Amino acid sequence: MAVVVRIPTPLQRLTSGQSEVQCEGQTVTELLADLERRYPGIKERICDQDGKLRRFVNVFVNEEDIRFLQGDQTAVKAGDEVSIIPAIAGGALAR
Amino acid sequence: MGLSKDQVARYSRQLLLPQIGPRGQQRLAESSVLIVGAGGLGSPVALYLAAAGVGTLGLIDDQVVELSNLHRQLLHTAADVGRPKVDSASAQLAARNPEVRLLARLQRLTAANARELVREHDVIVDGSDNVPTRYVVNDACVMEHRPLVHGGVIEYEGQLFVVRPGQSACLRCIFPEPPEAGGALRCEEAGVLGSAAGVIGSLMAHETLKLLLGLGEPLTDRLLVFEGAAGRFRDVPVQRDPACAVCGETPSIRDVADDANACVSQRVHV
Repeated sequence: MAVVVRIPTPLQRLTSGQSEVQCEGQTVTELLADLERRYPGIKERICDQDGKLRRFVNVFVNEEDIRFLQGDQTAVKAGDEVSIIPAIAGGALAR
Repeated sequence: MGLSKDQVARYSRQLLLPQIGPRGQQRLAESSVLIVGAGGLGSPVALYLAAAGVGTLGLIDDQVVELSNLHRQLLHTAADVGRPKVDSASAQLAARNPEVRLLARLQRLTAANARELVREHDVIVDGSDNVPTRYVVNDACVMEHRPLVHGGVIEYEGQLFVVRPGQSACLRCIFPEPPEAGGALRCEEAGVLGSAAGVIGSLMAHETLKLLLGLGEPLTDRLLVFEGAAGRFRDVPVQRDPACAVCGETPSIRDVADDANACVSQRVHV
């Protein structure tokens, strides 16, 4: 069983309209790399050029903000649910 | 001061609520709310707050009504196209509830005027249409210790939360920096379904009334996400960031500033 990644609406263009996708990895970093393999182009919306999570995008593992866990090294396991939640500021949102 | 016969009739359905009653109604009448943006979010916010009898509503918006606003901005009608939004909004609100005092400002909320404006009101509701203003409003509310009801909407999706400065997570605790100009972010129109703005705007009005009345639990330290396409709400816990640049232990932002790096072209989705 893989990790379920929930995709915000504006990024669903890159996942063929799917709001939830399955990915594999031991950490958030690995998970995002796998997400990029499956849906090319999605990672640059979530991470900057150095691969760091953009500061207006939050990632939650089972509804816990990874900034208050181990950041992108936060461990994930099969069955976990990971949500990507960008700031929506009156339409200002990574898309 | 007691309620008039007309007031008893007008507000009867909310006076019936035991947590409101005449005392709560009086409290609303003595309250003042600043609504930033008279658009897709500001419309339901202003309509519900005026209807509920909030005594003073400050409206600030520098735009005129366009035909493309009408599918979601219910304060304005086809006859208002070309008219300043604060004017058409004031007319609609006065027609709905003549008792409400309206302070309409045909201008933009900026770093220069934000703190003074915020200070004049009890609760601030941010329905603005661009990122820099969002951070200006947040920072001004933190510095002036005014509760903020923050909401955003795009496509079929929205989110909202309440900030109690010094007590709960602020916008910068949750999203430390605005999206930068350029980069991978595309500052283009994404579109929005009017009813999604209605959902978030109505919830913002609801949270505002709760704050004014001291009712229930405010939506603090939680990000309520409306996944409109899926028809689902998600309630995501968030927390204050001790390193927050504006409300953290050693804030680096000590006065409100316009952020020149933010993506200024992202406008008019609300």
